[in-house]
Amino acid sequence: MIGCEPRVIPLQGELLGPDIGLGHRLRDSLSLVPADADWQEIPVVIVGGGIAGLSAGWRLQQAGFYDFVLLELEDQFGGTSRSGITGSFQYPWAAHYITTPMPENMPLIQLLQEMGVVEDVSADGVPVVAEHYLCREPEERIFCEGVWNEGLYPGYGASRDDLRQKSEFDACMSTWAQKRDAQGRRFFSLPIATGSDDSEAIALDKESMLSWMNRQGWTSPRLFWYVEYGCRDDYGLPLDRTSAWAGILYFAARMRTASKDSQDVITWPSGNGHIVQHLTSRLSDQLRSGQLVYQIVPSRNHAEPFGTTVVAYDKKRQQPIGFRTDRVIFALPQFLAPHVIQDFSARTGRSTADFQYSSWLVANVHLRDRPQENGFPLCWDNILYGSKSLGYVVSTHQSGNDYGPSVFTWYYPFTDISPMQSREKLLQLGWADWADLVLADLSLAHPDIRSLVTRVDIMRWGHAMIQPYPGFVWGPARKAAAISDGTIHFANTDLSGIALLEEAFYHGVRAADEVLLARAS
Amino acid sequence: MINRAPLSLLYLNVLAIATCGLIYELLAGTLASYVLGDSVTQFSFVIGVYLSAMGVGAWLSQYIQSNLARYFIEIELALALIGGVSAPVLFLAFPWIDWFRPMLFGMVFSIGVLVGLELPLLMRILKEYLDFGDLVSRVLTFDYIGALLASLLFPILFVPYLGLVRTSLLFGMLNALVAWWSTYLLRPLLSSRGLERLRWRAILVTFLLCVGFFKADQLTTLAEENALGGKIIYTTHSPYQRIAITQKRLGFQLFLNGHLQFNSVDEYRYHEALVHPAMLGNEPPRHVLVMGGGDGLAVRECLKYSSLESLSLVDLDPAMTQLSKNFEPLNRLNHGAFSDSRVEVINEDAFLWIGKPGPQYDAVIIDFPDPGSYSVGKLYTTRFFRLLQKRLKPAALVTVQCTSPLVAPKSYWCIVRTLEAAGFHVRPYHAPVPSFGIWGFALASISEFDSTPLPFDRVRGELRFLTNDVLNGLFELPADLQPMDSEINRLDNQALVHYYDSEWNRSD
Repeated sequence: MIGCEPRVIPLQGELLGPDIGLGHRLRDSLSLVPADADWQEIPVVIVGGGIAGLSAGWRLQQAGFYDFVLLELEDQFGGTSRSGITGSFQYPWAAHYITTPMPENMPLIQLLQEMGVVEDVSADGVPVVAEHYLCREPEERIFCEGVWNEGLYPGYGASRDDLRQKSEFDACMSTWAQKRDAQGRRFFSLPIATGSDDSEAIALDKESMLSWMNRQGWTSPRLFWYVEYGCRDDYGLPLDRTSAWAGILYFAARMRTASKDSQDVITWPSGNGHIVQHLTSRLSDQLRSGQLVYQIVPSRNHAEPFGTTVVAYDKKRQQPIGFRTDRVIFALPQFLAPHVIQDFSARTGRSTADFQYSSWLVANVHLRDRPQENGFPLCWDNILYGSKSLGYVVSTHQSGNDYGPSVFTWYYPFTDISPMQSREKLLQLGWADWADLVLADLSLAHPDIRSLVTRVDIMRWGHAMIQPYPGFVWGPARKAAAISDGTIHFANTDLSGIALLEEAFYHGVRAADEVLLARAS
Repeated sequence: MINRAPLSLLYLNVLAIATCGLIYELLAGTLASYVLGDSVTQFSFVIGVYLSAMGVGAWLSQYIQSNLARYFIEIELALALIGGVSAPVLFLAFPWIDWFRPMLFGMVFSIGVLVGLELPLLMRILKEYLDFGDLVSRVLTFDYIGALLASLLFPILFVPYLGLVRTSLLFGMLNALVAWWSTYLLRPLLSSRGLERLRWRAILVTFLLCVGFFKADQLTTLAEENALGGKIIYTTHSPYQRIAITQKRLGFQLFLNGHLQFNSVDEYRYHEALVHPAMLGNEPPRHVLVMGGGDGLAVRECLKYSSLESLSLVDLDPAMTQLSKNFEPLNRLNHGAFSDSRVEVINEDAFLWIGKPGPQYDAVIIDFPDPGSYSVGKLYTTRFFRLLQKRLKPAALVTVQCTSPLVAPKSYWCIVRTLEAAGFHVRPYHAPVPSFGIWGFALASISEFDSTPLPFDRVRGELRFLTNDVLNGLFELPADLQPMDSEINRLDNQALVHYYDSEWNRSD
């Protein structure tokens, strides 16, 4: 064994994560007060520079309103849609695709049109996406029993019964996708606010995907693995902790017609970082990074001009600054609200305990050449059947670069342990431990990978995804959380109970519209 | 008795035979997927046949009642011989015989039977000295460790560094050595009659395989020559492809990944038909772009135009363009095209290159390989052709090689329809090239064509194939090459690769 190991290049890499040190100071409640000269008046303050905050800013600008600032804790905007760049390689740090929006999602189609991603919209509202932004074929493959095969379902070696259950499942999802409620709304739609709240749909939220699938009489381990892959991919949850409503949404919300499998995937080498780049370039005058917002005091009297205060710690100047404002868009995850907004729980009577978040590990693996292959060629999305990871996405795929160095983005949701335990683990283990995990997983399909890796960078996401566990999406806590608290409006993907760019964007736009409406009246 | 020999040595035997057994299986699977394609089917069949043969072997082991040690050694020797020569024999036989599959699976089956016999025999030999529980657990442990070793070392070490043929011979030697060594290890269980002869046979098998091992370089060339149908005069492995040049009585041939690119005997027909129609614009062509065509033969035709001021050749593989310059027969064939100061070579993936800003051209010649893979298929998409338009002067003409419209009509018309979908006006044409058969091309332009005959008087240079009548005749489509509908080839569907795969597989 020893001596037969391939040549191993000394590995380098970095262990990254959202600014944990600074973020945790929130918990210790900073009590600094800005000097008089460090106060300014501005009509609107957006807190949080992820997709929700950036989308809110985009919507305000679209309405011709420029009198706002957007405060972001990190140096980099985009939240979980951020991306990295090394030399000529761009790669995502988490979210890496959207599906072609359906006609219901006009604002997102507008944004994509502005970006040149959507070239045209047909008479019935269906967007025409530019060819090079649609995921290039071959799109996805799965490593199963020693060979790569096309597609996401581990069909190689599947029994006839496995395949029968798979087609039953597909037919079932297609039925849900076709279903319309009394008002003509789709049962499952993105953003979920455009879908139905029919009791038949909502009833699904009361049980887990696992128990729902059991009730359908399905037994195929491959089918369960396939569906669980979807749940782990979109929610960071195993089947028994995913709401059946969310489990079905993953499949049904992306089917437009019975004849089509799923809406086409739109992606970029930098993943959803491409959308972040567009939004930040449009908003550059309003954006301020390195700002730890630690206190928001809502106005007691809405009519009082500049009656609400936002206090932030400026990392660069190392001192607090204050904003007097009319309206705040709070575009951070809900769990931060009680830490930042004064008397939040006492005043609103809301608890954020129901908001649970999955932790993720994302690695960008830099390679000096492509690994050896057995079977179907390298795809955009490459999945390992049976692995706890979600496999990897090839960042060079969409640029048409098929030879030589590349960056693989590898995803690992913590589905086996509780969110709290996984966050502790994220902080405990070091870079070498994580890099080992990444390479061990990739070695399953690519035995030569260690001899090709030049660098492994690891991102730890402590609160990567809101969890749609049974009862949460259609429960009272989520519904209440989106209601504005006086002059404070909320925008974040967790208000949908699922973590998707489409949802973050929806809430950003919605919150901006609320602010615009309040200013008009 | 044998318990004087440490048991661990016997476990080493188990380890060695388990490793050899799995290596033979992997070799057969890999080799079959090399020469027959479709690795999934080949691996699956090989594994299936092999495992069932092992079952047969295990079942047969009950009929061996006495002389267990002797049988074990004989089986080792047989395995050494059959397993050891399996890869070289299959490689050599492939192009010659019609019953390659029966031979392959026959070989896999016999290896499987022999491997299946080994373990039961060895366990029965050992059962005198160990209790059953220990025996099973230890033998199986070493068996599985051997399998692990084989499966790890095969892709990492043996295939890249030794190749299939030499790996096969090496493990045959290992098997033969196990046999030889076992004559000592199991000596107390063997009768002395014929023992010396057995030892000598083991040594002979090892020696033969060893000779094969060191002569393997010649063997692989030989095998490849049989596959390509000519004597190999040059071969190299670049990071992008396998390049081979073969020689026949009348001329030489270039192969990329085993696919014929040209035959020096009749390539002029192909290249005259490919290049000259693109050079017939109203103005004499001054700036020309050639994409693909690293052999320099299309460039040779372009250089016949004295109006030419610059020519950019975009080809992925520096190994190919270097070869065209430095390999003398090819350099002669392309008239030293790469030494002409007007020619600039750009070694880049044309898909990435075309997306960058750059000058516009009077004529473009597209000579990519056939769209047999996704990484080539992207070069025939609407996206690629739209990017190409940005690099064309308004009156520029483009020609595209489009595979055979006779063998692969869907593929051919898919390329034509894709050009049209990307906004080109297209005139399909074809030319007979004996080495290829009927070959298809497309003449494309952003501006509309008129219906007048092509101005042959604008063609420059000495020609061997084209005349005025022949040139205009190429655009007459015979009844069996009539237009048909097809999907449009896009990056997000790669329809062409699917057409091409099914049409050429059907024709094979």
